[in-house]
Amino acid sequence: MSKIELNDDSVVVVIGSGAGGGTLANELCQKGIKVVLLEAGQRESAASFQNNEWGSFGQLSWLDKRTTSGSWRVARDFSGLPAWICKTVGGSTTHWAGASLRIQDHEFRARSHYGDLDGANLLDWPLTLKELEPYYDKAEDKLGVTRTNGIPGLPGNNNFKVMHAGAKKLGYKNCHTGRMAINSRIRDGRTSCRQLGFCFQGCKMDAKWSTMNSEIPKAEKTGVLDLRPGSQVLKIEHNKIGKANAVVYVDDTGVEHRQKARVVCVAGNSIETPRLLLNSESSQYPDGLANSSGQVGRNYMRHMTGSVYATFDEPVHMWRGTTMAGIITDESKHDPSRGFVGGYEMETLSLGLPFMAAFLDPGGWGRDFCRAMDNYRNMAGMWLVGEDMPQESNRITVHATEKDQYGMPVPNVHFDDHPNDIAMREHAYQQGRAVYEAAGANHVYPVPAYPSTHNLGTCRMSEKSSDGVCNKNGQTHDIKNLFISDGSQFTTGASENPTLTIVSLAIRQADYIAEQMVAKNI
Amino acid sequence: MSKSYVELDGKKGVSRRQFLKTGAGVLMGTLAASSGILATLAPSSSWALTTKALSSEEANSILQVTRAIFPHDQLDDAVYALVVKDLDASAVEDPSVATLLRNGLMALNKSANGDWSSLDYLQRENLVIKMAGTDFFEKIRGTSVVSLYNNEMAWAHFGYEGSSYETGGYFDRGFQDLDWLPNPPANDSPAKA
Repeated sequence: MSKIELNDDSVVVVIGSGAGGGTLANELCQKGIKVVLLEAGQRESAASFQNNEWGSFGQLSWLDKRTTSGSWRVARDFSGLPAWICKTVGGSTTHWAGASLRIQDHEFRARSHYGDLDGANLLDWPLTLKELEPYYDKAEDKLGVTRTNGIPGLPGNNNFKVMHAGAKKLGYKNCHTGRMAINSRIRDGRTSCRQLGFCFQGCKMDAKWSTMNSEIPKAEKTGVLDLRPGSQVLKIEHNKIGKANAVVYVDDTGVEHRQKARVVCVAGNSIETPRLLLNSESSQYPDGLANSSGQVGRNYMRHMTGSVYATFDEPVHMWRGTTMAGIITDESKHDPSRGFVGGYEMETLSLGLPFMAAFLDPGGWGRDFCRAMDNYRNMAGMWLVGEDMPQESNRITVHATEKDQYGMPVPNVHFDDHPNDIAMREHAYQQGRAVYEAAGANHVYPVPAYPSTHNLGTCRMSEKSSDGVCNKNGQTHDIKNLFISDGSQFTTGASENPTLTIVSLAIRQADYIAEQMVAKNI
Repeated sequence: MSKSYVELDGKKGVSRRQFLKTGAGVLMGTLAASSGILATLAPSSSWALTTKALSSEEANSILQVTRAIFPHDQLDDAVYALVVKDLDASAVEDPSVATLLRNGLMALNKSANGDWSSLDYLQRENLVIKMAGTDFFEKIRGTSVVSLYNNEMAWAHFGYEGSSYETGGYFDRGFQDLDWLPNPPANDSPAKA
């Protein structure tokens, strides 16, 4: 690992070490490009991860102050915790379940395929599936995704058996143990899954891919990475001609530093990324960096989500084994006859007893609540995740008065469900119920959304600079050496879990940045 | 995470007077004979909890309020006592919590036209339900929804198995032992390697 000088202005500074930033940093380092990787959180490891839900939540989660507004239920149930994402080396790849799905061709063309929807700010991606396919190939190989590259699927657990039985009775065609970035065989120096059941808590086997256990160690071996954990970025600075030239951050001990930069890449997840651009306002950029379109922070998407849990007469023990153990993909098509555009995935999910109590019915109590908990052994569960509509008014703003521990304005997350989101959620709840009733459920519990894990779209890519914040390379329209490198780039949300696409975009962006640096365009 | 009896002071032959020397109150109990699985976690069948802010009577009433909000009929008082323990700690830290709890209990007594805790459990539960939405109710509900389900006694009771890393995960310990539904075909769920 190298130590890069603060006044070295030849480096790429990457902010955030998750799926986007961690991957981008490694890809650049592999090309011999010097990278300073700033991560707000601390470095954990398989050894320090905890098989304990609340303990791990305290260890990995981003718990800095955030506020919420809007009519979404999360604002009521978890008003100070709009998102369940991580502040640690590896970011939310420590916490993700591992589902690795490609966005479908038509989903890249949402505006032309779905048409104009009232209240939706739909737009086609400036990128096609065909253009991204070679990078999806690389990403699947990098992550060791099961059911690709000759890697066998994972064996299904009890929770999957229930889903599968119901799906087949209902006539669904595509139900299997998923495409997962969890080793079913020893691969790439990481062992295979032992079915611990704590995927969300950081995999203690390192069987699940994360940037913490894969990209970052590989980047460190190149000798050109300088990873700085405990570094909270406050501001991106620019020079007189408007190019980004430095990043100001605070370290663990409260000392402020200024790292010079040739290129700056922001990958703080879709709340922190726009927050940083907005908080970096200057006299030249009074509305924040890269915000001539006014779209920074807008079109915040969080996927249509919900869960269905059900109890049966016999034991399930759903917590045994991979958290996301299988998938039904039949509903991820676009079929407007269902009463909405876009589609959704149905994926098994389990929560341990402590989180089941917290999330089953937030604010709940009494005999019905207790009856569900009393039947915890006999419970199966699934998560519903689908495409939500981008809306200009769903947005991240910086708070007028509330400040964080560094004196920076905190982000507010505003979200209202679009009628399409509501129609899709109702359909998904009904189908989830049908799956479990077909498998013999005695009670079905529709469960509201958890704090958002898929935060997307707040610095979206667009063909025209008036429609979005960055181009198809994640390069901001306004500032050529400033890049968006996380899920904030997504033009629309699609129905798939976003990590594989974030990784693919990061690999592609690394090629572009390297090429542009050689050409001296940036 | 609460370590059940490590924190609940399981002791043989304790007397109320011994505990009162160190705190404001004491909650004591004996595991019900039906709590066999909990008894395996405990050093003895009797348990005690000393409280610092709450009196014995208050601690006992708070335990009963907790039972009324989360009525698991088969769950032992020893688990509910962990909620009292956390509320008592919160009351020590913040005197306004102690006041909130005391005032809530007074309101319950008022609604019972006497001693709420002497009513039968269904009557107690009905009066607690009428307080839903009050700060008193929400404080106990919010504390319970974490404390009641985040301890090893609760896990044993509800059948949750907790940390699995130390025992090698479930790969060889029943992650696919469900036998009342057909097994999916290998295409959909490959055999374990």
